[in-house]
Amino acid sequence: MKKVLALVLAVIMVMSLAACGSKTDTPTEAPKTDDAPQTTEAVGSDAAPAGAIKVGAIGPLTGDYAIYGSAVANGIQIAIEEINAKGGLQFELLSEDDQGDPTMSVNAYNVEMEKGMQVLLGTTTSGACAAVADVANEERVFVLTPSASNPVVNEGKDNVYQVCFTDPNQGASSAQTIKSLGLGTKIAVIWNNAQDYSTSIYQSFMAKAQEIGLEVVSDTTFSDDGNADFSVQLQDAANAGADLVFLPIYYTPVVAIMQQADAAGYGFKFFGVDGMDGLLAVEGFNTALAEGSYMLTPFDANKTDDLTASFVASYEAKFGVTPNQFAADAYDAMYIFYAACQELGFTSETTPQEICEAMIPWMQSFTYTGLTGEGMVWTADGCVSKVATAYVIRDGAYASVD
Amino acid sequence: MTMFLSNLISGISLGSVYAIIALGYTMVYGIAKMLNFAHGDIIMVGAYICFTCLYSLGLSPAVGVLASVMVCTLLGILIERLAYKPLRQATSLAVLITAIGMSYFLQNLAQMIWGANPKSFQTVIPAGNLSIMGGELKISYVSMVTIAASVVVMVALSLFVGRTKMGRAMRCVSEDKGAAQLMGVNVNLTISVTFAIGSALAAIAGVLMCSAYPTLKPTTGAMPGIKAFTAAVFGGIGSIPGAMLGGILLGVIEILGRAYVSSELGDAFVFAVLILVLLIKPTGLLGKKIHEKV
Repeated sequence: MKKVLALVLAVIMVMSLAACGSKTDTPTEAPKTDDAPQTTEAVGSDAAPAGAIKVGAIGPLTGDYAIYGSAVANGIQIAIEEINAKGGLQFELLSEDDQGDPTMSVNAYNVEMEKGMQVLLGTTTSGACAAVADVANEERVFVLTPSASNPVVNEGKDNVYQVCFTDPNQGASSAQTIKSLGLGTKIAVIWNNAQDYSTSIYQSFMAKAQEIGLEVVSDTTFSDDGNADFSVQLQDAANAGADLVFLPIYYTPVVAIMQQADAAGYGFKFFGVDGMDGLLAVEGFNTALAEGSYMLTPFDANKTDDLTASFVASYEAKFGVTPNQFAADAYDAMYIFYAACQELGFTSETTPQEICEAMIPWMQSFTYTGLTGEGMVWTADGCVSKVATAYVIRDGAYASVD
Repeated sequence: MTMFLSNLISGISLGSVYAIIALGYTMVYGIAKMLNFAHGDIIMVGAYICFTCLYSLGLSPAVGVLASVMVCTLLGILIERLAYKPLRQATSLAVLITAIGMSYFLQNLAQMIWGANPKSFQTVIPAGNLSIMGGELKISYVSMVTIAASVVVMVALSLFVGRTKMGRAMRCVSEDKGAAQLMGVNVNLTISVTFAIGSALAAIAGVLMCSAYPTLKPTTGAMPGIKAFTAAVFGGIGSIPGAMLGGILLGVIEILGRAYVSSELGDAFVFAVLILVLLIKPTGLLGKKIHEKV
């Protein structure tokens, strides 16, 4: 009897807590251990139309990188809803959680293949994507990753294409932009040495900086994307007399860096890359701290063109948050595949292998204009060519640098 | 020299956060003889409650801190009742695994309620800093409050355990649960109170930690929790002054290691300390060696 009472109380507690939550953008399961393959059916399971083409998404829906994986799954979800509403070709999203872990990611891939996945729009993170891409390459399944930007993802694999910029491309453009706009003379770099994304941008930035004569006076790292203490890194930058801090990292640590730099009274200018997109939407963040910071990004949620405005509006209505660049890349990825289905006549009966062999030559001849760029084209090694636009943050919004 | 002092202050400030968390760890371990790995996640819940009060409900910081202390206290008692009490007679391994499960449960519950998007915690302490030595050395108010709070908490906790009736009951339970029960000590109540105090401390730690390092997400408590556990072992698990000393030393070692040896190896220093302590002085700096009588 007592046990029953305890159980009932526990259920009531969970329900009431869940009820006071204002925003729930990622449905998850209750507790779980690390060892079991994740089979979280996150989104898209509701009312799949009959004869739908099955599209796979894999990314971290829980854990440290949950925000990125859920943004990707949500972006694809929005695109699929729009496309399905048009009538004609119908799509169904299979979404699995991998917590950004390569082993779990391959498990998730196998689960989705068993469910009849025909193409993979993933995975979200580079490390996991490289592992999945190896398997997909052998099995001849086409992979179009919205966000895995490391070159290791598609090196030597003809079936893996990226929607996002590659990391080296960003590092070099950042150095070039800092130099040509004259943003700083003494540069400090703070990067995350536990992350492929950050490391790869850092390396190409340093190479380019040396080539064009940009002076890097302080070079420090961290390895925890969470609640890190940045006093040492900021102190090092200040002692070296840096005037600009280059941050080739995701926006979560950027929040901490800006706040700690402000609390300690350092007056640095900051320069970020596309991972910094999303900074201004962080709840509770004092956007005045980011005022005058620069960043490179392919996506700006404040742009007023019809495509961006309608995407942002439906994303906000459905998920309660402003979409970031990951969601936008994912949305583009889904529309690229939709265009392929229309032109190449894929149906729910087409095998993944047939799709893969048809997609590879088609991608190289295809030009796409979407949320994250105009006239995007792909090389045979799967890299996209699109322009990285530099923005400056003014009055809490992105503004053109000119 | 100023740079060294400045790093030292950062280290002590970070160490004070570890110390407050470690105090909760060490108390629960000392009295209930279990490692509550969910402690770090109670910190995270405390910070979220405070964030919700300040940001979503627009309440004052004092109310936010109070609310988070109250919610965490209740949560601590509830967790103990539902998850740990039924395992009072089970092996310590079963309890340990339950605690790890509870840690994941809290993380996922927080993600369900507040979402995976990181929040930027609004500090409950006025931003700004005290400039000394002609402006060369800056100490932020948050650091000063954190250091002061950890000292106050440690002294209060020592007095409570050493001087009050409940404190005496705690020491009895810690020494021998069975004998304490025979002497008329209410063991279940004592353990509940221990969890209540430990969780209230976790709430304070959460608010202070997020005031200094403002990113808040469901996994925020995980790493500091593990480091504070290291601090508790370093100082001698079960010892209240030991947790304080271990926490502060660990913070200083981490910051100085990052500043003067390698910024890539900050976390490695912390865990290297754990290994060294376990090899050289397994009872920790201030831990007592207990002779097992056969």
